[in-house]
Amino acid sequence: MENTILRSIDFDAYFGDNHVVKKVNMDIPKNNVIAVMGPSGCGKTTFLRCINRMHELIEGAKTKGKMLLNEEDVYSMHPIFVRHKIGMVFQRPNPFPNLSIYDNVIAGYKLNGMKITRADRDAIVESSLQKAALWNEVKDSLHKKGTFLSGGQQQRLCIARAIAMEPEILLLDEPTSALDPISTSSIEELLHELKKNYTLIIVTHNMQQAGRVSDRTAFFYMGELIEYDVTKNMFTNPRDERTQNYITGRFS
Amino acid sequence: MAQNINYRLGKSKSFRGLVIFFSILCTLPLFLILFYIIREGIIHINWNFLINLPKPVGETGGGIANALIGSLLIVFYAAVIAIPFGIMGGIYLSENKNSWLSYWCRLSVDVLQGTPSIVVGIVIYFWIVKPLGTFSALSGSIALAVMMLPIIVRSTEETLKLLPSTLKEAGLALGLPYHKVMLRIILPCGFSGVLSGIILAVARIAGETAPLLFTAFGNPYFTTDISKPMQSLPLLIFNYATSPYDEWHNLAWGAALILLLWILLLNIITKITTRRWKIQF
Amino acid sequence: MEVWKNIKIKRSFRQIRMEKIFRSSLVLIAISILVLVLAFMLTLIIQSMPSIKALGFGFLYGKTWDPVVNIYGTYPFLLGTLLTSFLALLISIPFSFSIAIFLGEYHPRGWFSEFLKNAIELIAAVPSVIYGFWGLFVLVPLVRSLEIKLGVTPYGIGIFTSSLILAIMIIPYAASLGREMIRMVPASLKEAAYSLGATRYEVIRMVVIPYAKSGLFAGVLLSLGRALGETMAVTMVIGNTSIIPKSIFDPGNTMASVIANEFTEAASTLYLSSLIELGLILFLVTVVINIIGKKVIKRFTTE
Ligand SMILES: Nc1ncnc2c1ncn2[C@@H]1O[C@H](COP(=O)(O)OP(=O)(O)O)[C@@H](O)[C@H]1O
Ligand SMILES: [Mg+2]
Repeated sequence: MENTILRSIDFDAYFGDNHVVKKVNMDIPKNNVIAVMGPSGCGKTTFLRCINRMHELIEGAKTKGKMLLNEEDVYSMHPIFVRHKIGMVFQRPNPFPNLSIYDNVIAGYKLNGMKITRADRDAIVESSLQKAALWNEVKDSLHKKGTFLSGGQQQRLCIARAIAMEPEILLLDEPTSALDPISTSSIEELLHELKKNYTLIIVTHNMQQAGRVSDRTAFFYMGELIEYDVTKNMFTNPRDERTQNYITGRFS
Repeated sequence: MAQNINYRLGKSKSFRGLVIFFSILCTLPLFLILFYIIREGIIHINWNFLINLPKPVGETGGGIANALIGSLLIVFYAAVIAIPFGIMGGIYLSENKNSWLSYWCRLSVDVLQGTPSIVVGIVIYFWIVKPLGTFSALSGSIALAVMMLPIIVRSTEETLKLLPSTLKEAGLALGLPYHKVMLRIILPCGFSGVLSGIILAVARIAGETAPLLFTAFGNPYFTTDISKPMQSLPLLIFNYATSPYDEWHNLAWGAALILLLWILLLNIITKITTRRWKIQF
Repeated sequence: MEVWKNIKIKRSFRQIRMEKIFRSSLVLIAISILVLVLAFMLTLIIQSMPSIKALGFGFLYGKTWDPVVNIYGTYPFLLGTLLTSFLALLISIPFSFSIAIFLGEYHPRGWFSEFLKNAIELIAAVPSVIYGFWGLFVLVPLVRSLEIKLGVTPYGIGIFTSSLILAIMIIPYAASLGREMIRMVPASLKEAAYSLGATRYEVIRMVVIPYAKSGLFAGVLLSLGRALGETMAVTMVIGNTSIIPKSIFDPGNTMASVIANEFTEAASTLYLSSLIELGLILFLVTVVINIIGKKVIKRFTTE
C-alpha cells in the first residue's frame, strides 16, 4: 500500500493467559481515518492500546508480533518517543484536574522539561485549541481549570492536548461514547479537519459513526481482524458472514 | 403477651439509654482535662513566658522559650526527614499493589505503626546517640521521623489509590516520563489527602515524649544546635511535672496548654485541608 | 515545528534517565522501609543478647528486679503491664462499644454525633504526657480519697490510677473502628429482623453485634496494643516500684515505664541489656497483636 504509516504484523496481545488480540495484520495509510469496530469485548481497545504501548502498563499484559511506525518497530523504541509520535484520546474525557486549560494543552511540553519561550507556548496553545475547535469557547478562560468545561469541551481539550505534541497518528477510543449528540457531532466534524494533518484511528461501536467519519473500517471479532476494507465497500458489500451479521445488527 | 412486648420494648429503651449515657460520660474526662489544662495554664502564659528561659528552683517566673523553639526544630527536622521517604513509599505502594516487595513493605509499615514509641527511642539511641557519643536533637528528630513515616506512607498510599487510573494513563499517553506523571499530576491531584496525612503525622508526634527521653534528652538551656541535647515541650512537661517544685509545676501547666493548643490547631488544619483542597473530577 | 522535534528528542533522553532513577529510587525506598524494620528487630535482639544469654527464661518469671545486686527478674513488670492493660480494657469497653453503637447504629448523623466524633478524635490527639500530668494532679488525689474510703493504703498513684488513665486514652481506637464495622452491617439483615418483630435492642443484640463481631474484636485488640506500649502517662502515675503489686491499688511498674525510668541510668551491660530485652518483648507482643488486629479487619472488610 502506498504511504503506509503504521503496519501491524502478526500482532498478538494477552492479559495473562487470556489471548485477546489474535494475529492481527493491518496496514494503515497516512492521512486517513480508520474506524475500528466490533462487538464489545472483542479487543478493539486492547489493539488500540498496543499501538502506543499503553497495553503493557497493565499488570500481566503481554504482546507479540511487530507494530511498525514508518517501518520502525515501536516495541524497539522507548515508549516516551512512541507516545510523542502517537497521541491518544480516551473514552472518557480526562483533562488533568490540577491544571488550567492552558497548562493542560501545554502539559506535554512543560512536564517534559522542554524550555520554550512564552510566545511559542502561547502559539502552540492557540493553534492546538484552534485545531480542536475549542479556541473560541475558551480563549477568555484559559487559566481556569479544565474540569469546569462541559463533557464535549473536555474531550476537545483532550484532543487539543494530544495534538499539541504534533503526533503523526492520533488514537481515539470511543471518544464520543460518553457525550451527548451535539458534542458528538462537533467532534465528528473535528475529525474531518484533523484528517488533513494526522492519521486517525478511531474505535467506535457505532456503525453510523464509522460510516460517517472513516475512510477505511476494520472489523474485529473475538480478537481477530475479520475484515479490513474501504468503508464504503465494507458497508455495502461485506465479504465475511460475521461482518454481515454485525452490520445488519444480528448481534451487537 | 402484651406484657411481654412491653417488657421487650422497655428493655430496648433502657439499652438505648445506657448507650447514650456511656457515650456522654466518656466525653467527661476529656472536658475535665481540657478544663484543668486551660484553667491552670492560662494564668501563666504571657509574653515573658514565651520568650524567657526557665529560672532555677526558688526563683519565680521564667519561661519555656528553649522548649518551644526546641520542639519546633525537632519536629521540623523530623518532618523534613519523614516526608520524602513517606511520600515515595506511599507512591510505591499505590503503584505496586501485588508485588512481593509491596507485601513486605506494607507489613513493615504496619509493624512500625504498632511499635511502642519507647522502643523507637531505644533503637535510635543505639543507632545515633551511642555512635555519636552524645544525646542530640538530631537523634530525636530521627526517632520522631520513624514514627511519622508509617502515617505518611499509609495516607499517601490510600489517597493515590483512590485517584482514577485514567489520570495516570492520560499523562503517560502524552509521552510524559513516569516521574513527571507521578510527581506533577498524580501527587498534586491527591494533594489534600497527602497534606492532611502529613499534618496529622506532625500532630501525632508533636506531643511524643517517650522516644525523646533517650535521644533529644532535654536541656535547661537554649540551643539551636541539633547536634546537642535539646529541650522540647513534652520533655519539659514530663520533667517539671514530676519535679517537687511548685514553680516548675506552673511552667509545666503553661507548657501543657501551649502544646495542647498547638496540637488542636494542627488537627483543625487537617480537617480544613481535607475539605478545602479536594480536587474536583 | 522541526525545531521542536530536535528539542523534544534531546530533552526526552534526559527525562528517560530521570525516569529510571525515579523508578529505582521508589524500589529503593520500599526496600529501605523493610530493612528499617528488620534492622529495628535485629538491633533489639543483638542488644538484648547479653541478658538473654545470662538469664534465659528466668528473666521472665524472676520475681526480683534489683540492679544494685545485679538481679533481673521481670515478673513484676509483666504482671504490672498485664494488670494495667487488661483493667484499662475492661473499663474502656463499655464506653467504646457504646460510642460505636451510638454512632454506628442509633445516630450516624446529627450535630451531637458530629460533636461526639470530634470529641473522640480529640481524646486520641491529646499527648500522653498531658494525660499523665493531669492524672498526677487531678486523678491521683481523687483516687487517694477513694482509697481512704475503701480502707486501703492511700497511695493515690498505682496500677488502678494508671488503668483509669489508660482506659480514657484507648477508648478512641475501639470506638472508631467499631463504629465503622457496625456501619457496614447490611441494612437488609436488620430489616429482616425488624420485619419479624424484633425490637431495636434485639436487632443490635442478635444481628448487628454478631455480624460486626470480628471487627469489634479487632478494635479491642488494637486498643490492647496501645495500652501495652503506652509509656508516659503510665510512668507518671504508676509509682515506679519493682515490688510485686499485691492489689490493684498498689504502686507498680510496667515494661514500658521501667524502661523510661531506668534506661539512662543503667550503667552495667547486663542491666541495660535486660531493659532492652523488655523492649524486645514489648515490641514483639505489640507487633503480633497489631498484625492480628489488622488481618482481622482486612478479612472483615473484604468479605
Ligand atoms: N485490564 C484488563 N485485565 C484483564 N482482562 C481485560 C482487561 N481489559 C480488558 N480485558 C479483556 O480483554 C478483552 C478485550 O477487551 P477490550 O479490548 O477492552 O474490548 P473492547 O474495547 O473491544 O470492548 C475482553 O474480553 C476483556 O475481558
Ligand atoms: Mg473498549
